[in-house]
Amino acid sequence: MGIPGDEILSRVATGDGHGENTSYFDGWKAYDNDPFHPIHNPNGVIQMGLAENQLCLDLMRDWIRKNPQASICTKEGVSEFEAIANFQDYHGLPDFRKAIAKFMEKARGGRARFDPERIVMSGGATGAQETIAFCLANPGDAFLIPTPYYPAFDRDFRWRTGVQLLPIRCHSHDNFKITEAELAAAYRKARDSKIRVKGILITNPSNPLGTTMDRETLRTLVRFANEERIHLVCDEIFSGTVFDGPEYVSVAEILQEDPSTCDGDLIHIVYSLSKDLGVPGFRVGIIYSFNDAVVSCARRMSSFGLVSTQTQRLLASMLGDDDFTTDLLAESRRRLMHRHRTFTAGLEGVGIRCLQSNAGLFCWMSLKPLLKDATAEGEVELWRVIVNEVKLNISPGSSFHCTEPGWFRACFANMDEETMETALRRIRTFVRRANDAATAAKTKKRWDTSLRLSLPRRFEEMTVLTPRLMSPRSPLVQAAT
Amino acid sequence: MRVIVPLQAVVQGRGGLVLGSLIPCALFYFLQLYIRRDRRSSSASNLPELAPMPRSLSRSLLSPRGSSGPARLSSRGASVARDDDNPYYVGLKRCAEDPYHHSSNPRGFMQLGLAENWLSLDMIRDWLVGNVKEPLLLDEEGELSIHGLATYQPYDGLMDLKMAVAEFMGQVMQGSVSFHPSQIVLTAGATPAVETLSFCLADPGNAFLVPSPYYPGWDRDIKWRTGIELIPVPCRSTDNFSISIAALELAYNQAKKRGVKVCAVLVSNPSNPVGNLIDRETLYDLLDFVMEKNIHLISDEVFAGSTYGNDRFVSVAEVLDSENFDRRRVHIIYGLSKDLCVPGFRIGVIYSYNENVLAAASKLARFSSISTPTQCLLISILSNTKFITEYLKVNKEQLCDMHALFVDGLKRLGIKCASSSGGFYCWADMSMFIQSYNEKGELKLWDKLLNEAKINVTPGSSCHCIEPGWFRCCFTTLTKQDIPIVMERIHRITESN
Repeated sequence: MGIPGDEILSRVATGDGHGENTSYFDGWKAYDNDPFHPIHNPNGVIQMGLAENQLCLDLMRDWIRKNPQASICTKEGVSEFEAIANFQDYHGLPDFRKAIAKFMEKARGGRARFDPERIVMSGGATGAQETIAFCLANPGDAFLIPTPYYPAFDRDFRWRTGVQLLPIRCHSHDNFKITEAELAAAYRKARDSKIRVKGILITNPSNPLGTTMDRETLRTLVRFANEERIHLVCDEIFSGTVFDGPEYVSVAEILQEDPSTCDGDLIHIVYSLSKDLGVPGFRVGIIYSFNDAVVSCARRMSSFGLVSTQTQRLLASMLGDDDFTTDLLAESRRRLMHRHRTFTAGLEGVGIRCLQSNAGLFCWMSLKPLLKDATAEGEVELWRVIVNEVKLNISPGSSFHCTEPGWFRACFANMDEETMETALRRIRTFVRRANDAATAAKTKKRWDTSLRLSLPRRFEEMTVLTPRLMSPRSPLVQAAT
Repeated sequence: MRVIVPLQAVVQGRGGLVLGSLIPCALFYFLQLYIRRDRRSSSASNLPELAPMPRSLSRSLLSPRGSSGPARLSSRGASVARDDDNPYYVGLKRCAEDPYHHSSNPRGFMQLGLAENWLSLDMIRDWLVGNVKEPLLLDEEGELSIHGLATYQPYDGLMDLKMAVAEFMGQVMQGSVSFHPSQIVLTAGATPAVETLSFCLADPGNAFLVPSPYYPGWDRDIKWRTGIELIPVPCRSTDNFSISIAALELAYNQAKKRGVKVCAVLVSNPSNPVGNLIDRETLYDLLDFVMEKNIHLISDEVFAGSTYGNDRFVSVAEVLDSENFDRRRVHIIYGLSKDLCVPGFRIGVIYSYNENVLAAASKLARFSSISTPTQCLLISILSNTKFITEYLKVNKEQLCDMHALFVDGLKRLGIKCASSSGGFYCWADMSMFIQSYNEKGELKLWDKLLNEAKINVTPGSSCHCIEPGWFRCCFTTLTKQDIPIVMERIHRITESN
């Protein structure tokens, strides 16, 4: 006659696999408690930790207004209501699949072809990642993933699946590129630990770096996957946000340019409309696999996260409008480029360097010069100051498993221009104060030994510490399932 | 590779060297070589999957075949390939490929295998026509709030929709119980709702007791990715397939003997596929049972609003309200696919009295959230309680009529149905028409009905019914004019048997 406590719930329910107990989420809590509003709460926390694209919602709104027949709730579209409300085939509406395939091609400049029959739905990219993990790996198997990476992979890829993620270390001196040496080292390490590696998971364009992968690196990855007979899962969720050169290369292109060099059965793409179109609320996740068995399996699993047919129909219509999608992609890129340039220029003005990037909704900036200690703890300390005093929720590099302290991701596409200017103002003020404080401290220390005049502080080149992986006990790393 | 000192040779002297030690050593070295090669190549994925045995005891999850395609998948992924043979899915597929239409395709397959309600959707459509003008529904100033629709929202559903759904559930239960929005987690359909809840309540290798016959979809929805076992607990036609606590007790003990931990009892009420209701006393007994065993009770009530007949539907929520049971072990699955006829929109509900389950489920809901525009549409429809009351009433009347017509038609063919008061189907006894009284005989009849009469019904074996010859026949995708045609087609098969 026991009283139910946690002991009669599952490990999934009672464990930390959701990842929300880490201090990374303190930033979110700070925002939730004190959200910025230009009029009602101008001193609140500005949300710069959410990679949302709100720059082109006006274009979408205008299209929807001009095309009432795309909605089943208007008198123009309601005749379709019954058929749409009834349709629950997990293949999805054929027009929806065609429109998605076409849109994916367009976002890649027509350099890759996509077959609508391979388009599989899922509950957002979140659901897509989890589904692909379920399809490809058994509990205990591992995927290699280059660092830094999107923190939620720890949850989405691992939580219910029991799959592990093992890092491939990337370093700032290489601009965080994936090197064959590090890839091989990570693979070897896993093998030596008797862990079965089932694949590699990459994000291209990268989150949090905002960079696109060059052809050579992609070819290396494809070749490695082929040689070791492991899968390559490419999250291309930001493919439509490439606003500058170099030109974006999708893994589909690599495969299609020379199919003989790689077994298509190993290549899978995860996509979503949440970033490119800025509609995360629609919950449209897509799995595109070149492996028939995976398509079949993932399609059956899509029952756990089908896209509402109402949404499918709207998007089939919207993305089927060629002129609209061409204009939208072009305008979105233009606005992103402008936003990116303004923001990074603003940062540069106070000596903050960003990694050179050409995509994404964020920039990856180095605040190393502002660290008291060039350590993980120093980074956390700085981050807390930025969240609680400067009132900006930016994301610390350690939450992305970055091996070098001092890097932070700041999102800039989820706000209007004025808010971004406010954020920049706050950063400028903070940096100047920090500089003044540092200068004052230094002057006090060396006033009689220095032959130099007191100059505006130059950022010293900080030696990069030996990269070390965060210990599992660190509060910043997601707890293991 | 370890070096083995041929000790025997040392001990016995030269004469014993070859026989005593060289051969075993050589064999040992070759064995080591073989193991090493095998280990190296087993990571190559074009060999049969050498994955550790999946923890579930279900037969369908055993090591997959060694062909090159499925072998690259996980064992979970590969197990899906076998599903295609299940009659439940075969039938659905055939119908989808060549569906009946009274004028354009009169010789097509008639779909009696899909529990979908096409009878009352026109009412909702008419309401929409009369009430919704703008393509997007928020904001009176005409400034469309695409913001609210497009941006990230709580993964477990908008609070407004939770409130509207709680209200709707109350109406469905005819005001006998009220539901609280804070105890709701919304998911993209009842399918992920039941899977998500299962993930919260049991670990891989644990089991649920499920009175059978039960809904075939659970074999996939619950077992597949969670690794949970479903143990059928047979109900008998002599009891009109009512739940027997004694049978549950027996099944529980048998599982215990096997070392399997039972975590919950899963029931559907109204029952799918039988259509009967669980009476109040049985609900009490179930609650006592789960309390005694310290396990959970999951009540799938997706057809709660689709009842007809004289028996009144009693939700487990109603019993909990009135009696002093331990609520924290009770969970209800609900959704709008059946009662509101909108399966395409994907609205499912986990209703729980356990805050730990709610906390976990609301985080898990991220993998299956409902599209925001759809949430807004549903808020709009459900908020009009007057329309909903009318809709529920008319829907029930239409169900009642179709049910009566259908059951009557079968009766004339000599086919009796289990007594049912809910759902979109009847549970028909065609055992007198099968040649051998076993599963094989039943499937033979099913096959004839599908391929000769072109009627897709669901055979009892797909539902784990232990008595052969029972079939689930859905009548809600038919019109009244279709019924005589269905009966005529069935008659062609039954008279030849």
